[in-house]
Amino acid sequence: MRKISYAAAMVEALRTSLAEDHRVSLVGSYVLGLGPKRVLMDPIRAEFPDRIFDPPTSEAAIVSIGAGAAMAGARPFVDIGTGSFTYVGWSPLVNEAGVARHMSNGTLSVPVVYHMLHGIRGGGAAQHSHSPQAMLWNAAGLEIVLPASPYDVKGLLRSAIKSDNPTVFVNHARLMDIEGDVPEDDYMIPFGRADIKRPGRDVTLIATSYVVQTALTAAATLANEGIDVEVIDPRTLVPLDRETILQSVARTGRLVTVDETNLSCGIASELSAIVAEHGFKSLRAPILRVTRPDIPTPFSQPLELAITPTADKICDAVRRIMAWT
Amino acid sequence: MTSKAIDRRTGLSIFDRMLMMRHFEESVIQLYKQGRFVSHYHIYIGQEATGGTVLEALGEKDLICTTHRNHGHIIGRGCDPNKAMAEILGRETGFNGGRGGTLHISDASRGFLSTSAIVGGCAGLATGAAFGLKVKREPNVAVGFFGDGSLEEGLVIESFNIAALWKLPVVYVCENNSAGAMGPQQGGYPTAITATDSFTRLPAAYGIHCLKVDGTDIGAVHAAATEAIKRCRAGNGPVFIEAFTMRWPGSSPLWPELATVTDLNQAWDASLIVGPNADWVQHHDPLLRAARELVAAGHASRDELMARDKDARSRVAAAANFAIESPMPAPATVTNHVFA
Repeated sequence: MRKISYAAAMVEALRTSLAEDHRVSLVGSYVLGLGPKRVLMDPIRAEFPDRIFDPPTSEAAIVSIGAGAAMAGARPFVDIGTGSFTYVGWSPLVNEAGVARHMSNGTLSVPVVYHMLHGIRGGGAAQHSHSPQAMLWNAAGLEIVLPASPYDVKGLLRSAIKSDNPTVFVNHARLMDIEGDVPEDDYMIPFGRADIKRPGRDVTLIATSYVVQTALTAAATLANEGIDVEVIDPRTLVPLDRETILQSVARTGRLVTVDETNLSCGIASELSAIVAEHGFKSLRAPILRVTRPDIPTPFSQPLELAITPTADKICDAVRRIMAWT
Repeated sequence: MTSKAIDRRTGLSIFDRMLMMRHFEESVIQLYKQGRFVSHYHIYIGQEATGGTVLEALGEKDLICTTHRNHGHIIGRGCDPNKAMAEILGRETGFNGGRGGTLHISDASRGFLSTSAIVGGCAGLATGAAFGLKVKREPNVAVGFFGDGSLEEGLVIESFNIAALWKLPVVYVCENNSAGAMGPQQGGYPTAITATDSFTRLPAAYGIHCLKVDGTDIGAVHAAATEAIKRCRAGNGPVFIEAFTMRWPGSSPLWPELATVTDLNQAWDASLIVGPNADWVQHHDPLLRAARELVAAGHASRDELMARDKDARSRVAAAANFAIESPMPAPATVTNHVFA
């Protein structure tokens, strides 16, 4: 199969969606970030000039406009940019898009996609490194999608744009250059279906977004030590595939959760709680979490690295859990 | 006399909307006093000429966004008063199954977007709806009703900018109801706190066409709304209408009170107007003003208007009964309708 970059796979899904449905539009077209891959968007801009709108720097308004347009029957893809900027548009995201369907008793749909680049990206410091997905998980009514591979981003983005729900599509700048197998044909990946990125029998590692790649690196290192790690990628937090997670832990008896969201009330914490509540009998050791600590992200490289969930930190956690008796 | 002529059919249609809006909300206050629902709530009395007239000027496929003060817009649009009252009472039979309540009544089947009780939220949603119409190449317009306090929110200013840049077909109806408000210093409901001496300066800064009208004058509001909608449909971009009304005394305190009770005879018999709020009834009640103007224009007799009043009262009484007799939603259904 051909190998293309994560960014190129995402652009394919956007192009297919724009060509397929005239109700689809882009609000903000710098969806690949400001890196060299950004030029991949140029052909789409040329092909759909009347459905691509680059807005002013008004995050609150574009989030609100995306929600309103979706209520009116359009299907906008709204680029918020860096995940930290989501907070500027927080009210329309959680107060409008997330609640409208329930508040209207199911009579209104809000088929909007909100896109952002989350996470520690290198020198982003405290205002360009956030991972808001845990907070968004804590606000009901939003689907949350975190593609971790080129194959996943194409199929999940197709599903996101076709979804009748407000969907937060969370990308990571460090994923954009990753290459992988991607079919040329159109395909959709349904939400709520976790992917076993690497099968293993000793320890379950659950990771999302960029740290899936980090977890795979750690798993390769640990394999040399005779530890066989299973890497589970939920791919979507809402809806969440609990079954695949619980079945994996039932096989391995050990769980390490890894994530870039902060430790407290983060994704690793919620996944740990689910397994503790529903998979307690399977566990042969305590659950360990490898996350960003609860501190603002510092700029300087050694400080930033100190809070990043690295492969070394994951390996340490797995070794500790294997040594637990 | 109204500043702009209005034909008989239009005038009476607006008047019918206003009658329903007025009696509906007088009933809401009574139901609250009876303990039929629990919530803070907001009353539209005094602003009926604005909402009723703009809604008269709209087409069936146009889109509408309103706020916490939505009862008047829902009823003025002609949405089912039974379902609206049931929603306020949190009943299963309400427009939104009791999930929205007084702050969030919405009738999607009649073009209402989500009803946002976040101050200024409606302006962003209405702008978005207009953007959706533009993308879909539909010839309709979106109208956002909001109060003057919304102009304190950054989202509203951002929305003006985008609507102007993209020439979106949105009519912003800013219902300035601050005149006569007590303000928090006097123990009343908060009202606009702003450094500008004219709200139209804000949209005008972005080149948005602005109109100021007396919000109790159905002829003036109808002329402004018609012009605004026509401009939007022609692709000339957004319009901002500021409609001025005098705060109804019942909406001055923090919790609504039935400060005046409508008696249409007061329109032609001033001796019936008594009590501490006589000035508002005599000079600022848009319903009595419309009644006087319709009679003066020869569009209707007093008896004809009284018959319409009676009809509206009986429809509202039926709505209240429907709501009271409707079942509460079953707790087991609480997880329904989070996702499509």
